[in-house]
Amino acid sequence: MNKKHKLVSYAKWGYIFIAPFFIVYIIFQLIPLLSTFYYSFFENYRSGLTQVGPNFIGFGNYATLFTPDANGQIDILAYFGNTLIMWVMGAVPQLLFSLILAVIFTSERLRIKGQRFFKTVMYMPNLIMAAAFAMLFFMLFSNIGPINQMIVAGGGTTFDFFANMWATRSIIAGINFLMWFGNTTILLMAGIMGIDQSLFEAASIDGATSWQVFWKITMPLLKPIMVYVAITSLIGGLQMFDVPQVIGTSMGSPNRSTMTMIMYLNNFLGTSKNFGMAGALSVIIFVITGILSVIVYRTMATDTGKPKKRKG
Amino acid sequence: MAEVTMLNRENDDAKGKTIAARVVAYIFLILVTLLSLFPLLLLILNATHTNNELQSGFHAMPGGAFIDNFVTAWNDTALFTLPRSMLNSFIIAASSCIITSYFSAMTAYGIHVYDFKMKKFAFNFIMVIMTIPTQVSAVGFVQLVGKFGMNNTYWPLIIPAIAAPSVFFYMKQYIESTLPMEVVEAARVDGSNEFRTFNSIALPMLKPAIAVQMIFAFVSSWNNFFTPALILSKSEMWTLPIVNATLRAKIQSQNCDIGEVYMMILLSIIPVVIVYFFLSKHIVQGVALGAVKG
Repeated sequence: MNKKHKLVSYAKWGYIFIAPFFIVYIIFQLIPLLSTFYYSFFENYRSGLTQVGPNFIGFGNYATLFTPDANGQIDILAYFGNTLIMWVMGAVPQLLFSLILAVIFTSERLRIKGQRFFKTVMYMPNLIMAAAFAMLFFMLFSNIGPINQMIVAGGGTTFDFFANMWATRSIIAGINFLMWFGNTTILLMAGIMGIDQSLFEAASIDGATSWQVFWKITMPLLKPIMVYVAITSLIGGLQMFDVPQVIGTSMGSPNRSTMTMIMYLNNFLGTSKNFGMAGALSVIIFVITGILSVIVYRTMATDTGKPKKRKG
Repeated sequence: MAEVTMLNRENDDAKGKTIAARVVAYIFLILVTLLSLFPLLLLILNATHTNNELQSGFHAMPGGAFIDNFVTAWNDTALFTLPRSMLNSFIIAASSCIITSYFSAMTAYGIHVYDFKMKKFAFNFIMVIMTIPTQVSAVGFVQLVGKFGMNNTYWPLIIPAIAAPSVFFYMKQYIESTLPMEVVEAARVDGSNEFRTFNSIALPMLKPAIAVQMIFAFVSSWNNFFTPALILSKSEMWTLPIVNATLRAKIQSQNCDIGEVYMMILLSIIPVVIVYFFLSKHIVQGVALGAVKG
């Protein structure tokens, strides 16, 4: 900062300018966050018309979360699994696909014209309401929807996509793919364009093929951004809610196979008003997100020119 | 001589390969473009057909029921009223996008322009809270809103927008690159008080950043489903994402007009799509600059 400005004391204005942010943050985010942690140690739910608790039960809610149900299934692990599976199904193809697009867009050799048009159209699905997107796909793939109409017209029999676990999960992953690949492409492009151009020039003078340039220069230098994109996508993926909530309803149909962590949380909040369990689940999601965020900050820190710390 | 022709031949070869690669690349890009547009186009197409047409099979050509479907969707009061839901969504999204960009700029300005003890702490604090998902504080938030008696009101969906860490971060970076301290100093010399300097000198200089963040904030508020669904239980207060979720049950009911449902989905997303095609240039740039929302 410029030293000169320290002479006049405008310090109180600093506090005044940042006050609204912090007051609102404390009231509407921090206190709710801390009280969520607090609630996680209490038995506090509604059973029919009677309110149970709040009674302090220590880690009771956490223990309940990890207790197997009558079928021997531990719900939280199953739903965590669902969330991860649907994230992987959408994110892995998305990263590959976006990488190909980013390389095409930034290629010196291809010199693609109309980039703005392509990028504009590819980014658009990201702005479409996820709930509406999900509703549209639900209709397209429903038993009386156009996809089944075409199957029937082609001589097949109606396929109930939403009674089939993998079909439903694929549709959800497909929507996420469609919504996010444009965003990922733009981020990876920014990454590629940030690579020192002289490296590419040197490579081409040395007679490197595009394939070699990609694997020996682009990929290694793009790795921190790939990691960043993958982990921020995972953080987003753990918050997956809108699409599976509309397609699978709050039941996570079929057979709870599309129930995500946040849908589980939503069920505790909505139908059963079980604030204790909801609190415990929130803390777990918070911790997982926190760990992932630390990794993001680490990769961002190594990305800014500091000598790279590699472990192992 | 021989060498030269060899070189030429090699050059021609390379050129031929480049052209081939270019053709493949364009075909790929066009396919991806179609893939991105296909859901929207299919939605518009289906919204032009009557229920009977839609039930009888897929029609690749637009039908003539667009206006009829619009009128039906607009006037349907069975589960909710669509115009009211659109108004709810609009009020919440418009208010929160204005206050989120204004107060984020104000916070960023406060941390950039002034020197004070808590400055560093305040900045680091905001960076740390940036990745906390809003869902994890939902338990406390729902109870707080209940205590304040703000269930089924717009407030709990608007006021929290004042504290938006990612918008703050974007503004902070923008201010660092565009607002010289000399401008603030000059204003002080001219006797402008600190608020006036911010409102009438700094803010106009931040217009491009504010525009980008307003668009993003509008869209994310318009599309937000989780929190509004917890707060707004009365159907007249529902926003469009809640409406869309209830359509899932509606289309499984008997005598449901599928054409009308397609129209309702279309009306939920079309305002954002229109705004996007007018302002897409800024939005795509904004994404590249790191204005990513989780």
